[in-house]
Amino acid sequence: MKSAVLVFPGINRERDMARTLKLISGAEPAMVWHTDTQLPAGTDLVVIPGGFSYGDYLRCGAIAARSPIMDAVRKFAAGGGLVLGVCNGFQILCEAELLPGVLMRNENLRFICREVFLRVERSDTPFTRGYNAGQVIRVPVAHGEGNYIADGETIARLEGEGRVIFRYCSPDGMIDPNWNHNGAINAIAGIVSDKGNVLGMMPHPENHVEASVSPTDGRGLFAGLAEALERAA
Amino acid sequence: MKARVTVTLKSGILDPQGKAIEGALRSLGVEGVTAVRQGKVFDIELEGTDRAQAEALLKQAADKLLANTVIENYRVDVLG
Repeated sequence: MKSAVLVFPGINRERDMARTLKLISGAEPAMVWHTDTQLPAGTDLVVIPGGFSYGDYLRCGAIAARSPIMDAVRKFAAGGGLVLGVCNGFQILCEAELLPGVLMRNENLRFICREVFLRVERSDTPFTRGYNAGQVIRVPVAHGEGNYIADGETIARLEGEGRVIFRYCSPDGMIDPNWNHNGAINAIAGIVSDKGNVLGMMPHPENHVEASVSPTDGRGLFAGLAEALERAA
Repeated sequence: MKARVTVTLKSGILDPQGKAIEGALRSLGVEGVTAVRQGKVFDIELEGTDRAQAEALLKQAADKLLANTVIENYRVDVLG
């Protein structure tokens, strides 16, 4: 796995992400500054981490989505390259139009920082091959704007094409408004692009990978990715 | 030349901030408010004096950055 972690001013989860990528794949990721115009040669995974790029000015992710490195990411994604955006990374992917829809202010207007339960909807993607379909995982969220919305036609298409990959759920996997913390439509926590190679998700799987500090439910995502990329190589 | 771009949420898009402001107005005793929707205003200064050119430029600015047209509408006013 030759991963690249994008770094924008105001991003603050890039070290967590880099540490997890190294821990699981054994390979040190490249840290790529936002003004760069090219990804390192041989990059097979681009990760956009969480944080508050440009202080969330204008709209979350809006300014980062228009930075020079994003043209390279667009090209990489168009060629089928795997892109993972977490939290602010998801917001940036939506603003960059690499994923449809938008993340609005949480329905309860509060910043939510807690563990949540996610139902993994599919296991046949490079991002979720480390899980079983229907499996419930426990990972943390930390966001003020995670309330996913898109127009009705887009939501119908996402659902029809099986592009909703993670949903907020109860500990036993039920979709329930009481467990849909930010009010996202259809409890959507993560979606993939039409070609399935770009994943955006609000929760932070990179923070639940080490048994000494937390549950390890996030490992499956990175272990699955590393395995998928190893097979492709 | 001075201009103003006003960005508003499309109808049908839930506006939790507007709802909170609406509730706050009610609790302050400001009577008769039936709905609040929050938006953004950009006051912009431009080179040149051609209004049509200014409008085209501002439209480009709004489409490219100032508004997310998935959820927002915008209006361009060249104030002269």
